[in-house]
Amino acid sequence: MADNPQVREARQRPLSPHLTIYRWPVTMMTSITHRATGIALSVGMLILAWWLVSISNGPEGFESFHAVMDTPLGLLVLLGITWSLAFHFCNGVRHLAWDLGYGFSKEASRQGSIWVIAISAVIAVAIFAGVWSGHGGYLR
Amino acid sequence: MSTPLQRVRGLGASHSGTGHFWRERVTAVALVPLSLWFLYVVIGLAGTTEVSALVFFAHPWNAILMAAFVVIALYHAALGLQVVIDDYIHTAGAKIFLFLLVRFAVIAAGSTCIFALLRIAAQ
Repeated sequence: MADNPQVREARQRPLSPHLTIYRWPVTMMTSITHRATGIALSVGMLILAWWLVSISNGPEGFESFHAVMDTPLGLLVLLGITWSLAFHFCNGVRHLAWDLGYGFSKEASRQGSIWVIAISAVIAVAIFAGVWSGHGGYLR
Repeated sequence: MSTPLQRVRGLGASHSGTGHFWRERVTAVALVPLSLWFLYVVIGLAGTTEVSALVFFAHPWNAILMAAFVVIALYHAALGLQVVIDDYIHTAGAKIFLFLLVRFAVIAAGSTCIFALLRIAAQ
């Protein structure tokens, strides 16, 4: 075993996928972001549960929810969750397209990644800009 | 250790075949229209008082759609989190602990949401 000339060399070879050696392609970025946004949305479901409970608790309950979420940090969290939903939605549709056999080529998956990043960012910013400029609240 | 019976059942090493994969896809497809409806609702209720939200969720269809969104989204979340745990946690004890934690958490969150919706409907 000690005489095997390949052992030392084999240890030095990078293993695939070696995160610290490869330059990250955009497809790798969207792949791990899909997972990260999924985890963020799971946490978001707990905020949704709290929101529904606060509504059922009447004015004081609703106030206590807004006292936390209507702060800069709370709004940042909501913006993050909004973008996470937009991203996970768009990239999820991309996953469903793959399941049907579409968009597997290297170029299509690269372009799809870029589109998903761009569209999800536009959706999240548009929602916040729309609500801020008074276009939300139409279910009053 | 692959026995002929195992091959006939076709369930493989996961013991559940493609069941997890398929459920993840079915819930994802259901969440496409439900998420769009959910966004329409939260944007529509943004900046309003609790009275608007109470009136909105007191309507049966809105309560049913919200309950469907919550249940299916939590189911999808549990399936997705299970994959994350499977991929990154390699000790049996921590894995079982996190599986149970995720399952108890989604059941707790789901029951809480449905109770809140029932409470709104009763007001």
